[in-house]
Amino acid sequence: MDQSGSDQRSRRVAIGAGATAAAVAVLGGAAVLAERAGLLDRGLSIEVNGSRHQVQADPATPLLYVLRDEVGLKGVHFGCGFAECGACTVQLDGKAIRSCVTPVSAAAGRTVTTLEGLGTAAHPHPLQKAFVDQQAAQCGYCIPGMIVEADAFLRATPKPTDAQIKKALDGHLCRCGTHYRIVRAVRAAAKV
Amino acid sequence: MAIREPTEPTRRDFVKGVGGLLVAISLPVYLDVRQASAATVTPPGSFGPATVPADRIGSWLAVGRDGVVRVLTGKVELGTGTITATRQIVAEELDVAFEKTVIVQGVTGETVDQGYTAGSQTIRTQWASGLRIAAASARQSLLTLAAVRLQVPAGQLTVSDGVVSAQGGTKSVTYAELVGPGGLQGAVSQQTKTRPSTAYKVVGQPLHREDIPDKVFGRFTYVQDVTLPGMLHARVVRPARPSPPRAGASAVARIIQGTLANASLVAVDEASVKNLPGFVALVVKGGFVAVVARREEQAIAAAQALKVTWKDEASLPDQASLYEAIQAAKAGNTRVIQDAGDVEAALGSAAKVLQATYTHPYQAHASIGPSAAVATVHDGVAEVWSPTQGVYQLRSAVATALGLPPQRVRVNYVEGSGCYGINGADDASISAALISQHVGRPVRVQYMRADEVSWENYGTPMVMNLRAGLDAVGRIAGWDYHGWTANRGGRPGPPGSVPAGMLAGFPEPSPPPSPPPSPPLGDDGLNSTPWYAFANQRVISYGVYAPWLFTGPLRSPSRLQNTFATESFMDELAAAAAADPVAFRLAHTADARLAAVIRTVASTAQWQARPSPAPGQTGTVRTGRGIAAVRYEGNSAWVAAIITATVDTSSGAVAVTQVAVAHDCGVIVNPDGLMNQVEGNIVQGLSRALKEEVRFDRSGVLSVDWVSYPIITFSELPDDVRIELIDHPELPALGAGESTISVIGGALGNAIFDATGKRLRTLPFTPDRVKAALAT
Repeated sequence: MDQSGSDQRSRRVAIGAGATAAAVAVLGGAAVLAERAGLLDRGLSIEVNGSRHQVQADPATPLLYVLRDEVGLKGVHFGCGFAECGACTVQLDGKAIRSCVTPVSAAAGRTVTTLEGLGTAAHPHPLQKAFVDQQAAQCGYCIPGMIVEADAFLRATPKPTDAQIKKALDGHLCRCGTHYRIVRAVRAAAKV
Repeated sequence: MAIREPTEPTRRDFVKGVGGLLVAISLPVYLDVRQASAATVTPPGSFGPATVPADRIGSWLAVGRDGVVRVLTGKVELGTGTITATRQIVAEELDVAFEKTVIVQGVTGETVDQGYTAGSQTIRTQWASGLRIAAASARQSLLTLAAVRLQVPAGQLTVSDGVVSAQGGTKSVTYAELVGPGGLQGAVSQQTKTRPSTAYKVVGQPLHREDIPDKVFGRFTYVQDVTLPGMLHARVVRPARPSPPRAGASAVARIIQGTLANASLVAVDEASVKNLPGFVALVVKGGFVAVVARREEQAIAAAQALKVTWKDEASLPDQASLYEAIQAAKAGNTRVIQDAGDVEAALGSAAKVLQATYTHPYQAHASIGPSAAVATVHDGVAEVWSPTQGVYQLRSAVATALGLPPQRVRVNYVEGSGCYGINGADDASISAALISQHVGRPVRVQYMRADEVSWENYGTPMVMNLRAGLDAVGRIAGWDYHGWTANRGGRPGPPGSVPAGMLAGFPEPSPPPSPPPSPPLGDDGLNSTPWYAFANQRVISYGVYAPWLFTGPLRSPSRLQNTFATESFMDELAAAAAADPVAFRLAHTADARLAAVIRTVASTAQWQARPSPAPGQTGTVRTGRGIAAVRYEGNSAWVAAIITATVDTSSGAVAVTQVAVAHDCGVIVNPDGLMNQVEGNIVQGLSRALKEEVRFDRSGVLSVDWVSYPIITFSELPDDVRIELIDHPELPALGAGESTISVIGGALGNAIFDATGKRLRTLPFTPDRVKAALAT
C-alpha cells in the first residue's frame, strides 16, 4: 500500500479507471483550454445541460463547486476531491470526467452534462428508469456518478458483458454494497 | 424530506390547518430543506417542549383533511429503506393506502425520542412498541369515534383505505372526517389488538422505496445540499502532516501524509489567510481550528493555505504491536457475561484442548460522501441540520458545546451519505454549531476526505482469546472466551466523545464502571456468548480505554469481531474432531431457527459433507468453502453463510467465487428491501474481510483517502450470490441491517483454511497475511 502521499497523479492513475485518466489529461490541458476560451474580462461562461451559465468563481475552481453552488445541480456529489471515488462524475463533451479535479476553465467551449441533464421523472433516461426498476440504490450518494459514467460507457459499448460493465464502473466506489443492483440496472438499460 | 411537489402543503401549513398535532406551530419546519432559503430562519426564542410524549397517539400520527396520514418517526432513514417499510407497517395497521402515508423524521421537539437509529433496531422497534402499536391504537380510537358518528356498534364496522363503513356500505365516514381540530386523540396502548398475519395486505409486499426516484433524478436533498440564506462555508483544519504546500492558494484538494493524534496547537497564523478572496473568519477554540469564507472553494483554499503548527506527541502504540498493547493495557471495564458449569474442570479432563487468539483492526465507516452539517446560532438559539443517528442525543451535545440550554437548540435530521454507524455526522454537526456561534451567521461545514476517514470514531479493534476442549467423541466439553476492546469516545452525549469536541477542549467521558458479576448472567447482545449449547462456558470481556484512536459503533460493532472469532474457532474445533463443519454446528445447537438457516444455506450452496481441509489441493490456485452462522445478539436474527473462494498460493490473493446466505429476521415487511440489505452486508463484509484496516504510526493516522483505505470494487466481487430469505409472518419483525455482515469474515477464513489447511486469525485477509500463513 502506498503511504507516501507524494505523488497524487500516480495514485489517481493507480485507480485504473479510464475516466480518471481522462480527468487528469483535462487537468493537464487546463491552461491551454482556458487560453482558448479567452477568459474574457467579463468572465467565463459554460454550457451545462443545454443552458449557458456565467461563471462567478475563479477559473481554477473545480467544476464540481461551480455546478453545485452556482448552477444549483445538487446531483453532482463531492466524494474525495482526488478523482478516486467517482461520485462527482459529469460528462464533458460526452466523456465521463471527475469534476472534483477538473477546473471550470476546462469546460469553456465544451458541453457539460450532469445527471439532471440526462433525464427527468417525466422523461427518464433508460438508465434512470432501470435504476428505479431495479431499486439500485441504498443511500444513493454514489448513484449519480454511476449513471453518468454508465451513459458514456453504453454509448461506446452498447452491448456489454457483465465483466465489461464491472470494469467500466471499477473507478466508482459504493459503500452500501449496491453493486449487484447497479450491474443489473446497467445491463437492463443496455437492452432498451 | 421527500415531499417537494408544489401542490403539497408545507408541514407548517399542515400543522396550522389541522391544529393540535404538536405545539410549536409558529416554528418553521422545512419539509423540503432546499426551500429553507425561502423560509424564515430560526426565530429567537425557545423550541417548545423538551420531549414528545410517546404515549399519545397524536405524537406519532396525524390525519390531514385530504386523508393523508403524517407518520412522525424518531427512527430516521439512513439509506437502508426503513421509512418505506415503516410506512408499510403503518398502512397495514391503520388500514390506509400506502400511498396516503408520508414520513416526517427526526426533529427534536416534534418527533418522539426513539433513541439512536442504530443496531438493526429500527423495524424491530417500530414493530414491537413503536409506530405499529401507535397505528393500531389510532385505528381503535377512530373506530370508537366512527361508532358514535354512524350510530353503529364498533364490532359491525369495517375499514378500507381510511374509510369506515357499516351496513354494507350504506353508512360510511372517512378518517379525515372523524379527526377534529385537536388531531388524533387518545393514548397508545401496548395491549392494543394488532392485525393477524393472515390478513396482511401491505406488509410482505416488495414495494418500491420512496426515496430512490429522487436519488436517481438528482432531486434528493442530502444534508450536503442544505442551504440557508446568508450561509457561509467552512472547513475544519485538523492536526495533520500536510503534503508539501503548493505555490498559492488552491481549491483543488490535496492528499495529506497523515494526521497528528493528540497533538496540541502551537501556533496559527491568521495572516496566512486573511487576505485571501472571500475570507471571513478564522475560528480557534483550543485545538479546534476552522476557516470560514463566503464561497465553498474559497474555504477550501483557505484551509489549505492556513499556516498552523502542531506539537506531535507521537502518543500512539506501534501498529505492529497494537494487539499486545491492548492486552497489556489496564481494563477500565470488565464484564463477566457467562460463567456456567466448571470450565477449568471440563478443559482439564478434555481429550483435546485448543487455544487460539483472533484479532481485528480499527476499521472505518468510509462513507462515500464526507459528512456535512449546517447550523445557525444567533440570539441564544441554535438550529442544526444534521445526518445524526440521534437528534436528541446530538441536541444535548450541541447544547453543551454552545453553553445553551437544550430547549434552545433544535436538531433536524437530514439524510447524508450512508453512515453504517457513527461516522463523521455528529462530529461535523458539532463543528458547524461551534463555527456558527463564532461568526453569528448560518454556516455549512463540509468535511474533506481526510477530515472524515482520518478522524472517524472507528470500529473498535479487538483481541479474542479462546480455549475449548473436545471430549473423546468430538463434542465440545468446555468453552472459555476472553475478549478485549480498545475504546475512546463514542457517541455524543458529551461533545468530548468525538474529535471536534475533544479538540475544542471538552472533557472526554470516563469509562463506564464494571458491572457486578452477579446473576442473572446472560447475553451481552454483542455475540460474545456462543449460540451453541455448552454445559461449561465462561465469557469475559475487557474494555480498554486508552487515548489512541477514537472509536464508536461501526456496522455490527463488536458483534462482527466476536462472530468472526467464534465461528473461526468452531471451525478449528470441527477440524480437530475431523467432523464436517455443518454437521458439527448442528450437533452443538438445539436452536431450531439456527439449525434452519444452517440447513437452508447448506442446501443452497450444495454443501458436500466432509471435514476440512479439502483433500487433493496441491496446485497453485486452491479452492475451499467455509460456513459461519450466528444467532444475532441472542435474539435479533438468525443467519448462516457459505463462502467459496480460491487462494492463489503464489500471490496470496483470495478470490471469492460464491456467497450463499440464509436469513431469518421474523416477518419480512419488504422482501426487496431486505434483499437489498443482505446484498449490501455481503459486499461490505467482503470488503472489510479482504481489504480494510486503518493504518497509523506513532504520530497519527495514515489512512487518508481511498488509496490508503481501499474498499472493494465491482470486479473484485463474485458473480454467484444466492440469498434465501426465510419468512415468518407469524413472528415479530427483527433486524436485518447488520446481521449478515457478522458471518462473512468467519465463512471466508474457514474457506481459506479449507483450501490451504492454514488458519488466518487476523482480519483483513490481505495477500501478505495469506502468504505469511502459507509459509508457516
